[in-house]
Parts: sequence; C-alpha cells; structure tokens
Amino acid sequence: MLTLVYSTSSLPGRQSNLSLSLSRISLLRDLADQKFESHTLAYLTFVSYHRGNMHGRPRKAYKPEEEAASAAKAAKLRSLQNQFMSNHHAKIYTKEAIDLSTKLLEINPEAYTAWNYRKLAVEDTLSREESNQDLVKSVLDEELKVVESALRQNFKSYGAWHHRKWVLSKGHSSVGNELRLLDKFQTLDSRNFHAWNYRRFVVELTNRSKEDELKYTEDMISKDFSNYSAWHNRSVLLSSLLAKAEGFMPNEKIPDEYQLVHDAIFTDEDDQSGWFYHLWLLDQTVNVETPLLTSSWPSHAGCLNDSSSSKLTTSCSESGSFPLILYFNQAVGGVSSSSTVTIDTELKGNEDVVWEPVSKKNSHVSCVWVARLKYISSEPCFGKEYKVKVKIGNSPGIVSSRGCNFSASYEFVFTAHVHDTVEESSQEGIVSWTDGFDIWDAESKDLNALATLDRSNAQMDSKWRQEAIAEEIDLFRELPDSKIGKLTLARLLMAKAMISDDAVKGVHYNEILELYKDLMALDSSHYQYYKDVHSVALLRKVTSSTEDLSGHLFRCRNMNNSVCLRLNNLSLSRIASVEKLLFVQMLDLSHNELHSTEGLEGMQLLSCLNLSHNRIRSFSALDSLRHLKQLRVLDVSHNHIGEHSVDTTRYLCSSPLFNSEWTRDEVGRQMPTLVTKYWDAYFVLRDLNLKQLDITGNVIAGDVFSSFVLRVVPKLVWLDGKKLEI
Amino acid sequence: MSDLLPYPPLDPTTYDLIIVGTGVPSSILAAGASSSGSSVLHLDPNPFYGSHFASLSLPDLTSFLNSNSLSPPPSNTHDFLSVDLVNRSLYSSVEISTFEPETLEQHSRTFNIDLCGPRAVFCADESINLMLKSGSNSYVEFKSVDASFVGDSSGELRNVPDSRGAIFKDKGLTLLEKNQLMKFFKLVQTHLASSSTEHDETAVKVMSEEDMESPFVEFLSKMRLPQKIKSIILYGIAMLDHDQDNTEETCEHVLKTKEGIDRLALYITSISRFSNAHGALMYPMYGQGELPQAFCRRAAVKGCVYVLRMPVTALLLDKASVRLASGQEIFSQKLVMDPCVNIGLESLSSLTDQQKETLRVLVPKETSSKEKIARGICIIRGSVKAEISNALVVFPPKSLFPEQLTAVRVLQLGSGLAVCPPDMHALYLSTVCGDDNQGKTAVLSAISTLIRPQVPEDLQTDSIAENDTAVTKPVVIWRALYVQELVKGEFGGEISSTSSPDGNLNYNEIVESAMKLYEQLMGNKELFKEETENTAEEDDGDGVEIED
Repeated sequence: MLTLVYSTSSLPGRQSNLSLSLSRISLLRDLADQKFESHTLAYLTFVSYHRGNMHGRPRKAYKPEEEAASAAKAAKLRSLQNQFMSNHHAKIYTKEAIDLSTKLLEINPEAYTAWNYRKLAVEDTLSREESNQDLVKSVLDEELKVVESALRQNFKSYGAWHHRKWVLSKGHSSVGNELRLLDKFQTLDSRNFHAWNYRRFVVELTNRSKEDELKYTEDMISKDFSNYSAWHNRSVLLSSLLAKAEGFMPNEKIPDEYQLVHDAIFTDEDDQSGWFYHLWLLDQTVNVETPLLTSSWPSHAGCLNDSSSSKLTTSCSESGSFPLILYFNQAVGGVSSSSTVTIDTELKGNEDVVWEPVSKKNSHVSCVWVARLKYISSEPCFGKEYKVKVKIGNSPGIVSSRGCNFSASYEFVFTAHVHDTVEESSQEGIVSWTDGFDIWDAESKDLNALATLDRSNAQMDSKWRQEAIAEEIDLFRELPDSKIGKLTLARLLMAKAMISDDAVKGVHYNEILELYKDLMALDSSHYQYYKDVHSVALLRKVTSSTEDLSGHLFRCRNMNNSVCLRLNNLSLSRIASVEKLLFVQMLDLSHNELHSTEGLEGMQLLSCLNLSHNRIRSFSALDSLRHLKQLRVLDVSHNHIGEHSVDTTRYLCSSPLFNSEWTRDEVGRQMPTLVTKYWDAYFVLRDLNLKQLDITGNVIAGDVFSSFVLRVVPKLVWLDGKKLEI
Repeated sequence: MSDLLPYPPLDPTTYDLIIVGTGVPSSILAAGASSSGSSVLHLDPNPFYGSHFASLSLPDLTSFLNSNSLSPPPSNTHDFLSVDLVNRSLYSSVEISTFEPETLEQHSRTFNIDLCGPRAVFCADESINLMLKSGSNSYVEFKSVDASFVGDSSGELRNVPDSRGAIFKDKGLTLLEKNQLMKFFKLVQTHLASSSTEHDETAVKVMSEEDMESPFVEFLSKMRLPQKIKSIILYGIAMLDHDQDNTEETCEHVLKTKEGIDRLALYITSISRFSNAHGALMYPMYGQGELPQAFCRRAAVKGCVYVLRMPVTALLLDKASVRLASGQEIFSQKLVMDPCVNIGLESLSSLTDQQKETLRVLVPKETSSKEKIARGICIIRGSVKAEISNALVVFPPKSLFPEQLTAVRVLQLGSGLAVCPPDMHALYLSTVCGDDNQGKTAVLSAISTLIRPQVPEDLQTDSIAENDTAVTKPVVIWRALYVQELVKGEFGGEISSTSSPDGNLNYNEIVESAMKLYEQLMGNKELFKEETENTAEEDDGDGVEIED
C-alpha cells in the first residue's frame, strides 16, 4: 500500500482522481494489512489485496497469528528479492531466472522492478528469436498469464496493468479475451478505475464501437448510479461521439443525458457522481468549442481622441502609440499581423504591427492580445482623422488551446484623431482618488461607443441550449433544501444570463447573488469559493447594461477627463468581466477583499489603479500588473503585504530559485541583500513605470523598503503621498 | 384415513413431548425440543408433511381442502377417562374449477401447490434466522422473488421502488417523488443506525417519541409524501392488510409509526442480506411445504420419531397418554396439538369443569376474532407481467373497487421454483376478510384484473381482435377459492396448540408464537443453541443458499 500512497502523492496531477476512489476504499485497512518491518527495500513495500480490496468493505483487526504469518512471508519475500536482484544486475534471462521473477510477482505484484526486468527479458527473446512467431506468441502469452495471476492477487496493481498494456502493444497477442477478463474485474469492483482505464485502452485497440461502450456505461450506471467511473467514461465517450457529430447531435443527445442524470440526482442528492456529470453537461451546453472574439478596443465605430464630441483621451502620447486589444472567450494562439489579422490604416509606420499575448512569459496563448499602433505626433496634422480597419480570421490560424479554429471572421472600423501633444503637466501632480471626479452623463452616447456591451455571440444552434437550461432551472427550483441544488441553480442562472438576451439579466443576477449569499451562510467551509463566484456575478451584473455601468463611471478632471470606474466597497474578492471594461483608464477597487490582481492584465489603457484596503498579501499577487504598460499610479496602501514572506496559499509564483537573472542586472549587483529580501517586490516594480506609489499601512512599508523602491523605480515622483526630491 | 394399514407398534412408548401436526410452528417446536435433548414423538394424521402449510399436487390439494371438513369416526371404545378427539375443518366455501382437465392431467405430478399461499419470506425474517441457527437451511434452496408491484383496477402494475437502485430506474415516479421517497428511506436508515447505538449520548434522535406513537400513516403525511408513495410504503413494503386512511372505522388495525418503521427495517435489511438475492423476498424451491419438512428433517437427525398417517383419536386423562388410530397408547406429560383438533361433542358433555380447564385448549369455542382469510389459487398460462416470472403484486384497499376494505396480495411463481410446469405460473391470492363473501369478492376482482377468463373456442378470435391488451393477459387453467379460519395457538400447561396459517405474507407472527410456546414448554432452554457447523456449499446457479 505504501507504494500506492507514494505514487499518488508524487503525481499531483493525478491526485484528485485517485483520492476520489481511494476515499471510498478503506485505505488504512490495507496499510494494516501488511505489518512488515520498515527496513524492507523501498520498492519492496508490500501490498496484498488477496481478500478483495473492494469498495465499502469494513476494516478488520488482525490476530497475532496472522501477524506472525505475515512476518514469515516477509522473510521469504526478502530472500526471493535478493536472488532476483542479483539476476537482474547480472542481466540473466534464463528460464529459471524468469520463473523466479514470476514467483516474486505472484507474492508481490507491486514489485515494479520485477515487471521491468520481465520487459527486458521479453525484449531479449524478441531480439534473438523475432522470426519464430510461435515462440514469440508463447512468450507473450506467458506474460499475460503472469499479469492475470498478479491481478488476481491485487487488481489495483499499477505495475501489473501497465505490463499488460505493454505486452498488448507489442501486437502479437490476441485481444479477444481482454474484455472478458475486464468484465470479471469490473464485477468484483465496478468502480475500479484501473479496470476502466484499461478498458479504454482495449476498446481503442480493438476498435470496439463507441456506441457499444456507451451502452455498457448505461448498464453499469443502472446497476449502481454511484459508479463515478462509469459516468466519467460516459462523458469521455460522448465528448468524442459529439465531436464527430455522426448521428450524435448535441441538441438531441444532451437533453437525453440530462434526463438520465436527473434520475440519479433526484434519487440521491447526496451522491456526488451525478452532480459531477451534471456539471459536465452544463459545460457542454454552455460552452462552444470554437473560440469567439468577445470584445475589442477600440470597439467598432469608436472614436479616439475626439475632443470635440467627447472628452475622452487616451494618455498614450508618451510612447507615440496606442494599443489595440482583442479579447477572446478562451485562450488562443496564432494571432499575428502576417496572416490572421490585417490592419488597414492611413497611419504610417504600421506595416508590421506585432501582436503579443498578454500572459506569462513564453506562453503563446492568451485570451487577450495586444498590438500597438504608432502615430507620429510631430507631423503637422492638427485634428487629422485616420480611419483604421481591423479584420480578423479571414484566413485560418487562430487556434484555441484545445485545437479548435477561430472560424467566424470579424471586422471592425474606428477613427483615430491625432492632436498636437497634450500638455503633460498633469502627470507631474499627485493623483487624488478623493476629488476632481465628475459624474458620468448617462445620456451621453460615448458609453455605447466605448463599451462593447452585449456583443451577441449569437450561435447557430443556441435555441436548444437556451431551452435545455430553462428546463433545468425550472427543475432545480424544486430541489430547495440542498446546498448543491442551490449552487447548481446559481450556475444555471449564470449560464442563462450568459447566453440569453438581456431583458431579464438583472433579475437573474439578483437571484444568483441571493443564492450565493445563502450558501455563504449555510456552508462556511466553502465560503471563499462562494465569495469569489458572488464577486463574479456582481461584476457581471454591473457590466450587464449601460445603466448599471454608468452609475460607477466618472470623469477625472485632473487627468484629462480620463474615464474612471469606481468599484469600491463592494466586498469583491475576485475580478471578472474585464472584457467589458477595456476602455477604463482609472480604476478604483479600494475597500474590497481582493487577494490578487489577476484579470486586470487585459485593461491595457489603465493608468491609475487604487487597490488600497484590500487583502493583497504579497507583491507576487500583483504580478499581472506587469503587463500594464501605461500604469503610472498605483495605490496598494493598507493591505497585508509583508505579513507572509511568500504567499504560497493561492498563487504559484516565481521564486528567486527560478530566476537568477537579477544577479546580473544593475540594481541586483548594487544591493544584492535587499533584492534577495524583497525579490517579489523587485520583480513586479522594476517592470512598472510608476510615477506614484502608495504602500503605507503594509507590514513591508518602512524606510528600508522606501529606499529600495527609489532605486528600483527611478522615475517615481510621489511615494506615500510625498513628493520625492530628485 | 380409512385405509389405515396395520402399523408396527411404536417403541418406546413414553416421550417428553408429543406433537400432533407437522405445520411450520409444530416442526420448529419438534426440531427445537429434540435439539435440546427431549424425546419427541411427532405425529401427523395426513400422509404428507406440513399440515396446513404443505405444498401438494392438485388432486391432493383438492381432496385435502374438501376431505378435511369431514371428522374421522369417533372411536367406540369408551373408557371412563378417555376423551375423543375430532378434526375440525379450517376451510369453508371451497370452490374448485378446472378449465383444461387434459392439460392438468398431462402435468399432474409437476405441481407443488401451497395450501397457505400467497406466502414468501423476507431475507431478514426470523424464520430464516431460525433455519440458519438450527442448520435446517441445508435442506432448502431459495430463489429471489424478482419484482414487486402495486396494482389497481386498471390492470396496470407499478414497480415498488424499494431500494436506491429501484428508485433510480423507476419510470413511474416524478423526479420530485423520487427525491421525497429516497429522503424518507434515508431518514429511516439514519433512525435505525442511531437507535442501534441508543446508549450513545451524542446520538441525535431522528424521530421523536411522539412521532413513534402516532399512526404511521400520519407520520408519512407529515413527511410530505404524496398519496401514491404512501400507498406503496403501507401496502407494498410494510405489507399492511387494513385501510390505514379511514382510521375511525378500523382503529384497531391502525399501525403505529414504531411498528411501521420496524416493518421498513425488515424490508431494508432484507435487501442486502444475501449477496445473491436481489430483492427483499425469496421463495423456497418446491414450495412452502419445504420449510416444515426442513425443520422435521432437522428434528429427525436429533432423534425425533416421526409417524405420518397417524391421527390421535383420544386422550386418556388418567394415564397422561394418547390413543393413536392404530390403537396403541403412548405416554407423555406434554402434548401439542394441531389447531383443528377439538374434543368430540359427545365427550365434551361428560367432562367435569376441572377436566374442561385442563383441556381448555381443545374445547371448541366461539372464535373470538371474526377475521378469516380468503385465499385463491390460479394455475395460469402466461404471466401477469411480461418477462417476469416470480413477482408479488399488491392491490391496496379501495384500489380494485370502492368497497374493498383490505389489501389483496398476489404472488406469482414460475416453473423455475419447481412449483408448476414450464409456461405456466401458480398465482396465489389472499385477503383478510370479515365474511366469506366479502373476501371472495375481493379475490375474484383481483383475478379478473390480472387474468383473462376462459372463453369458448368460437368467441376467442373475436375478443383478441377487439382488445389487444387482453392478448397479453394470462389464461386461467385451474382455479381454487376457499376461506380459511384463523386460529391462534394457545399454551395450556399439559396440552397446548399451535397456530393455523395466518393472513401475513411471511411467518413472523407464527414463528414468534412458536418460540413463545417453546419457552413455556421447555423453560429457559435456548431455542437452537448455536450449533451450526458451517458446511458452506459452493453456490451453483442462481439459487440463494442462505448462509450465515
């Protein structure tokens, strides 16, 4: 058993899968099964499931005579083990040596060195006797026999199942008996995921039809609807059948699946298998595989720098360029000016615009792609207008990370007004978050132009999806007292709000918010999750209509009438709906419960950000701000930065061990101790071009840190509200 | 009984206990008493084992139902202290019809028809515990009853969703009903789990004392269960006989929640008891008559002496002995009689009051309970439900016609149980009734709902053409209707009596009274002290070998 424990914990990716099945078997019983001395060789940790380690068997105490017997068994095993190892090291593949390994595996199917030894032995025979078909077949048949008896000993032996796959992949053995063998194991324990894995392998190998397999899962489910493995296999099979779309149309098949899973959910709402499957179905209903463009900045027919009709500016004059942003509904790759996106403009010098993904280093996929269009302000071109036309997807190449092509071609046109250099003086003054804000004129049409609200991503076959979700909502309103029922209802309403036209959206969002509030009170152990989804729903609500949004929008007089969005005091713990806020230049998120700025990287126009009075615990949590090239003002005062040296609770952040580059740059050389101490701040701040920073009210703040900041951010003018002497 | 062969005299002539009749309770007593070391003589006037619990061929069954009403001629040897015994019949309104005599003739020896049907056992029944404890389980093989249904006058049979899997698969319940039913089952299970650890202070009381004392039907309403589900639980799972909804009329029959929960517990624990039994109910191969025989065989192994075809004709009061039909006198201090044995009227008149007191068990009296049980047996061709051979069908009160006072239970058994020839089924029906007519009306109504009457040849084709659903209904080949008296066993010191078959589906009440009688007769000796040597046999086929 120890081997299994070891292998699960060393494979983080598989852990959840394993723990799901392991939680159902009594793990401890198996540990108690074997009381061998701990000094047995590491790989010899011994497993015996000979009494049928099935789901739902109670654990029994062991009698002294049983312990004595197992100790004797261990001694025998150790001597067998030593002989085997000496054979292995000497590369002896005689019949006697192979028989010895058979004996060893019969006692301990988990001795994977023995399996590997057998592979070498088989390879050895094959290399010498390849022409002798009969011999090859008999050798491989012998292997299958050994595996079968090992599995009879322990049908959860990774080594044994793997060895069987290896033998079959050699291609000399018949596969006819495999399904029969599997039936035997799946009767013993219908949820055994080893058997299910192997089943998928055999089905692939024998070209058994997916429809037959689908029927098989149905039979298994009707025998026991708590069989998560069967539901899971069903979702795998359906995914591939639906993708092929031969006789399996999602609009017909998915509603049938809902009917099936309803029986499971309503019969026993405490059983999680059905709920998992329902969540998968909901995902199939709402999400379309093909990537879509959600929004862009500028939006279609938008105007830039049009000082006569609206008082909006983008303060991009410093760099002589302004950004173009494409926001997709899922991470895509392949956005490039050479093939997939064409820009048609009178602005000179933009022949080879570079599109960059806004994501972590070295990643070639992202939801957000940015290009910077250059303009030359020194030209005498007062009030000159330039038309820009952007076409996307006319030729294939934009591909989602799952391999689906962006197919709907899309085109947008906007006008850029280039003025003489806007006076820069305001940049030198301190930016205040308290005054100088004008209420947004809700009547103004600017907002419609700015915010690409409610782009209807009308799908060809959205009707059945809407109907399916509406039916689900009606149904789950009747399952009132269960937490998972409430959660599912909230998810369904969210899905409905996402795919339906908006007249009713506000009502849905209010109901969703109520449901999550209830859940926070009912189920405190998942409080943070509910809090996060509550925040997402709240932001969706705020951004769902111009009326809602305009209540939070202001103009900042001191900042050339920049667009300021105030989302303070909303107890937000997560950021969402960024795709609808691409135009925002100043963002006030103060007095919330944010742990991180994840998501803000899409707001490429952002120049001022207020994160004061939140729950940021380290600079690593601000990592996404490094993508905001125009950010000049940052307020992170009154957070928790410095309370924990590394915030490992939520984010996998870069650590100094992975980045040795700092030893090579100038600041790193000059003050290695401080850089080592404040490495997380260093990595974020050195990439930001800040003029104003507030860090008071954090544990990290202090003279030492201030002096460090001054060195890292040489252009800083205001620190903690004080003008710096340069 | 007139063709008595000369019988070799019995030796020894003195026993600790004489038991007359080989029904289920008598056989349990015989096996129990022999196991605990008593010498037992077990007699039966009939040529077969089982008395009123026997399984018989059709002619034997017919003659038993009819002949039993005749009393054996009283013996003419009038000793001063001899009391003549007569056999009283338990059956009335016996009505037997044969529709296809040739077919029956052809298969006459392949029928094993129960006298006390419909009867099946729950896997967790006390009778099964006793079989395991006594070791008599090795003589019987059981098979599962595949399905149970609740029916109504329309003829439609709805599955009884009695387990998690069955609720999941059920097509007749709405999603919300599934949810409510499963929640109720879970509540019962939690209650059972918490009551099994009742000394645990922390255990939360799932159901209050007040709930437990309230009528079960009210508790079900309180759980917000819809009428359809209530009816399934009351009659299809708890196996109640009387209408629970009109509590004023039949208040003596109203079941308390506590008892209702016990009945559900029996059902729930039955489902998971034996790994190869799929449902809660099972039935013994070759008929219910196998059960008393199994106990008798066990008793014989332990030294009990068996004599069949041997009525007891008289009691000899002064000698503490009985006179057998063979004329021999056998001595015993204790005597247990069949429920239908009474003192002959002639003898009765000459008894003193004190003697009457000693013999009170055998003194004919006005039956205190007016309830009887109407039974029906049909041999049918086809099945009441396609593709299902062994099934229980319950018609709750008022489901067949508005005046139906009690539930009608129907048990269909197929050739897989070796009770009838292939392609045929034995259909047993019963209902508790106040008088013969009322009971028979209900049984006949259930029969006409489930099966097609025999139609004259020339009309047959027409009726098929005109009504498609009738085609799927089975045809009746043979039919018996009779009403059986319900007699309770009594302890009377030296002379006691056992119970007649009751109106229930299982043997729980009969076994309970037999155990009580055993205790009274044998003192504190434990019934079947654990003595089972586990001779686990390999499981062959789909039979349920019950084992510990």
